Amino acid sequence: MSELVILDPTAERDAAATRPLAGALHADGGARIALLDIRKPRGDVFLDELERLLSERGHKIERTAKPTFAKPAPVDLRREIAERCDAVIEALAD
Amino acid sequence: MAVELLVLVKHDCETCATLAPALDAAAAAGAPVRIMSQSDSEQTAAWARRLGLAAVPEVDEELRTSERFDPEAVPAVLLLDDGDERDRVEGLQRDRLDELFTAAGATLPHAGLPELRPGCASKTRDPDVAARLGARRARAEGRIRSRELRIGALEDPVEALHARGFTDGLPVVAPTPERVVAMLEHTTRDPQEVAGSVPPYGGEATVEKVAVNAVMAGCAGPELPIVLAAVQAACREEFALHGLVATTHPAGPLVIVSGPYAAEAGMNAAGNLLGQGNRANLTIGRALQLVVRNVGGGRPGVEDRAAHGQAGKVGAAFAERLEDSPFGGLAQDRGVPEGETGVTLLAAEAPRLVVDQLAREPDGLCASLAPALESVAHPKQRLAWDALVLLGPEHGRIFTRAGWDRLRVREELFVRTMTVARQLVRGAGGSPEGLEGRLVTDPEIAVAKFAGPERILLAHAGGDAGLFSMVFGSWVAGEAGSTPVSVSVEPWR
Repeated sequence: MSELVILDPTAERDAAATRPLAGALHADGGARIALLDIRKPRGDVFLDELERLLSERGHKIERTAKPTFAKPAPVDLRREIAERCDAVIEALAD
Repeated sequence: MAVELLVLVKHDCETCATLAPALDAAAAAGAPVRIMSQSDSEQTAAWARRLGLAAVPEVDEELRTSERFDPEAVPAVLLLDDGDERDRVEGLQRDRLDELFTAAGATLPHAGLPELRPGCASKTRDPDVAARLGARRARAEGRIRSRELRIGALEDPVEALHARGFTDGLPVVAPTPERVVAMLEHTTRDPQEVAGSVPPYGGEATVEKVAVNAVMAGCAGPELPIVLAAVQAACREEFALHGLVATTHPAGPLVIVSGPYAAEAGMNAAGNLLGQGNRANLTIGRALQLVVRNVGGGRPGVEDRAAHGQAGKVGAAFAERLEDSPFGGLAQDRGVPEGETGVTLLAAEAPRLVVDQLAREPDGLCASLAPALESVAHPKQRLAWDALVLLGPEHGRIFTRAGWDRLRVREELFVRTMTVARQLVRGAGGSPEGLEGRLVTDPEIAVAKFAGPERILLAHAGGDAGLFSMVFGSWVAGEAGSTPVSVSVEPWR
């Protein structure tokens, strides 16, 4: 069998062009952390507990929510979280 | 020299062998004759030795000259003036060759030449060679731009494509440039046009990339316009493909094709249309899902978090049976102009069968369909789901005979899928699922299953015999989730 040439079926996105991960957040307290509820049932229960634990450690908590779990968070919401907070925790609830 | 006689030959053509000594002699006598061989250098040299030619013809490297003049047959004698073709003779026609030689100020020795002998097919007309040249042209002209990947001579292409992560778990057809270019012949659209930006990572589904994945899925060429329309529909914002890929729910995109082109593309609207045996039904949905995987980047177990999935996620497509439908086409009901072929995409779970072999009146049949519709997702979950009823022809006939149109059937099913609130609240019937009690002000009020009659989609297809219909539940529907999308196939043909 000879060499076979095929065409790349992917979008050929450049892996190097994707944004690097942010550095780890090292804070003993005083960070502003968004808790994003994706609107799945009982996601709020999980986030309430996280809020309690993080508040005890001196962090400031901002509660936010997506309009629907079925769609990505709107761009404005993402931007607002990025501008106002040092970190975001997204509650998945399945 | 401005005027030249360019002669294309190949080593395994007897007519070329008959003409070659005369050409060789003319060239030796100073005629402006240039013989080019479509065969490789070894074959050409052996041929020249066998015929006793004074000069070994030059080889038409990569058939570039043959491709340019594209003769049907060789020997092909071309009269060129500063490289531009003025006249040509294909095969051996002695009188016509004399005309060309005279025009070039030369003479063709006639010794041993028959008056007339047909030539052989030019090597460029060999189907494999023609496909290779077509692919080369498409690349040179920028019509195909995908990166070329090489599968080594010692690799099995089936295994190599699996190993590179391009498949859905089933073997795929290797998307060679030749196959992709042949696929692209089935649309008038520019290969670099974009059918949509595919979630979850927003890869651009160019016509070319869709064709690559359609080849891999096993599509025949006429299916391509349907696949392109399906990709366009899937990428519309209201379809919410990002969520559909990422969800734990088992739904996947179901492609319903309504209109005459479905049959032209070989689709099945009759017996076993949801099963095996029809290439187009099996490969159209698969091509869409390969686009989601390869262009969009949605991989099962990674971005695709389905808890169970279902067989239809490999690919699901069928054609509507319109010739005896009580309703007309689903896509046409949703805005695609009559006479055009449309696709409708629904984020659908696996279908369930509804058996009613006794109903002969439409009310009774609706009463049988309603419980299956109510069971979508969970009988006590309301307003969050759409559904598709795929009526079998023996059920469809009951509506046709009674004169019930789509609106009437939908309305009846909408009403028959209402249930009083007390049976739907959390805890009712022992099930904790259901409506929150605080939202129920009147326990006797009837609560609809669906957000509106139009949220019950109706299609008609299936085999002649069988008093059956199928009900497909949707993924989360409406504003909060996915809305079915219908688009015309015509712009993609």
